[in-house]
Amino acid sequence: MQGKFVDNLPKVYGLYTGGFVLFIILMAVLEQMGMSAANIGILFVAFTIVIYALIGWLSRTMEVEAYYVAGREVPAVYNGMATAADWMSGASFVALAGGIYFGGYPYLGFIVGWTGGYVLVNALMAPYLRKFGCYTVPDFIGTRYGGNLARFCAVVILVVASFTYVTAQINATGTIAARALQIPFEVGVWVGLLGILFCSMLGGMRAVTWTQVAQYIVLIIAYLVPVIWMSNKQGFGLIPHFSYGEAVQRIQELEPAVKLGLKAASNVPGLAILTNPHNAPGGGADSWKFITLAICMMAGTASLPHILMRYFTTPSVRQARKSVAYSLFFIFLLYFTAPALATLTKLQLLDPTLATSIIGKSIAEVGNLSWIQNWSSVGMLKIVDGNADGILQLNEFFMRADIVVLATPEIAGLPYVISGLVAAGGMAAAMSTADGLLLAIANALSHDLYYKIIDPKADTKLRLVVARVLLIGIGALAAFVASMKLTGILGAVAWAFCFACSGLFFPLVLGIWWKRANRAGAIAGMVCGFVAGAAYLWYIRTGGDVWWVIDHLRFGIVGMPVSLIAMVVVSLMTAEPDAETQAMVDEVRNPSGDTILKGH
Amino acid sequence: MAGSTSEKLQVHWAKTRNLTWLVLVIWAVFSLVIPGFAKELNSMTFIGFPLGFYFCAQGSLIVFVLLIFFQNWKQDAIDDEAGVGE
Repeated sequence: MQGKFVDNLPKVYGLYTGGFVLFIILMAVLEQMGMSAANIGILFVAFTIVIYALIGWLSRTMEVEAYYVAGREVPAVYNGMATAADWMSGASFVALAGGIYFGGYPYLGFIVGWTGGYVLVNALMAPYLRKFGCYTVPDFIGTRYGGNLARFCAVVILVVASFTYVTAQINATGTIAARALQIPFEVGVWVGLLGILFCSMLGGMRAVTWTQVAQYIVLIIAYLVPVIWMSNKQGFGLIPHFSYGEAVQRIQELEPAVKLGLKAASNVPGLAILTNPHNAPGGGADSWKFITLAICMMAGTASLPHILMRYFTTPSVRQARKSVAYSLFFIFLLYFTAPALATLTKLQLLDPTLATSIIGKSIAEVGNLSWIQNWSSVGMLKIVDGNADGILQLNEFFMRADIVVLATPEIAGLPYVISGLVAAGGMAAAMSTADGLLLAIANALSHDLYYKIIDPKADTKLRLVVARVLLIGIGALAAFVASMKLTGILGAVAWAFCFACSGLFFPLVLGIWWKRANRAGAIAGMVCGFVAGAAYLWYIRTGGDVWWVIDHLRFGIVGMPVSLIAMVVVSLMTAEPDAETQAMVDEVRNPSGDTILKGH
Repeated sequence: MAGSTSEKLQVHWAKTRNLTWLVLVIWAVFSLVIPGFAKELNSMTFIGFPLGFYFCAQGSLIVFVLLIFFQNWKQDAIDDEAGVGE
């Protein structure tokens, strides 16, 4: 049955995509027939969640190999799509373009970091970990270095990094569910969690893989269609990605005219005015900030277990490499669209020659626009006539960064069906990442902590029951933490990357690339790097002075060198690994033959 | 192609290592060096974009995608040559 399913993938997902497009058309027709915007939003989000849950239920399994690594039969292209969905979170979908809109050049560090990291994944990690044949990332650390302590350290870092990340994702699902389904945020968080658990609980990695492919299709359609439609409607070109260069230059011309940088007369909590130039890198400290952010995001990409474990699901080492290439291509489609979206939306608001512009118009006129009214009514946007002249100035227009993507269709005057589509896409992005993260945490705890350390004699059935109980428990804990709204979405995501790269990057890389690395060194590398990074974060969050503009988004810059030095020094001070371990490293470097770990 | 399997594997690994170094150098240029000089590059334009902005928003990303496909193509050849391809 499963074999047949894998052979039929193009047909299955072709039908699925066709069905989704038909659904969009149906919604567009219903909108013309007078269905309310609110109902269209509800239908979009509810329909897609039901589909994902159905796929999750159809993929249920009681086999260990299927639960942990999807039976190692996922073809490269589909694994690429699943990884792209796993990777692109609510932050990428909802917050990234908004960040570029408000931040300009410094923010492009995320774009470069979150794509360049895949070069490291492909060159340093994925093929070798696939050859190893592990179920989880701590499984590699535990076997390569030997001993329960090394395995345990890896589990702790994995849990801290992934848990930080998953609360941000559940926060995002809650925000979108709350707006689309018109329920309170605290309830939305639990609704989102229920959908996430349905996708992962019954079928583990197998179910998550096939729902993530479905979620990628929804999210990429939902991101590209509005931007391309908007560009055609507003005359920015057929494919905006290659023609928005003039728009960047035009914004740079307009910035002095709209008095960019002028402070607001009063602040509105939670909202911001545009103060940063779109494209004005200053060299020096600006370059240093860009580079440090990019390094943290790239090394974090190559150390985050929920991404690395996706490459354990391919049939071979060569397919693992190939699927990294497809992953980055599918991710690239969204990431090279985000700056185009940010630029064109900004130009539409600023440029007085465009019909959509609002800056410089009378406040009474702008206040009548329906998108301004819709977003003002939910407190995401505010106009304050600071100088009381009745004309809207740039420093009188307050907005939340997160709404740039969601409001773009309305600003450009597209039908509401597009806004419903965007909400479904944001939901897909946040759910797919949360799925992968929860599964990474639960698998590490059930496989590495419970089965490998606590009870190595546990039978298959018990192991899978433990895995599912942990999944529910961690999901509930994450939803509880998310409902307390402790951190913003973006801050939490950057922290997760920094935790992961501080503790895991060098122990993983050197485990493959440096035969001399031994257990004591790896433990020192994990503990010192992680503690140094976390201590620095704590130090600056409690009011300490920031060193060399290394702020809380890039504390991995402190953790990583500490980890590297500790690992190399301690490895060299202690005995080299035994012959068996060295032979194992040689074997990892040979792409052919059996995996190193067999039959858990 | 005389030589034992272990010799072949040593050659295979040496070639793999060299390819990896090459990839990492190209990666560092496009992810770290070029974005760091965005200010200087912005004085030039490319298909209408200020060049520094172009690389950070699009150019480097395209290079990364092509770089991975290039590496895999070369690595497959190295594997096949050493008889460890699949």
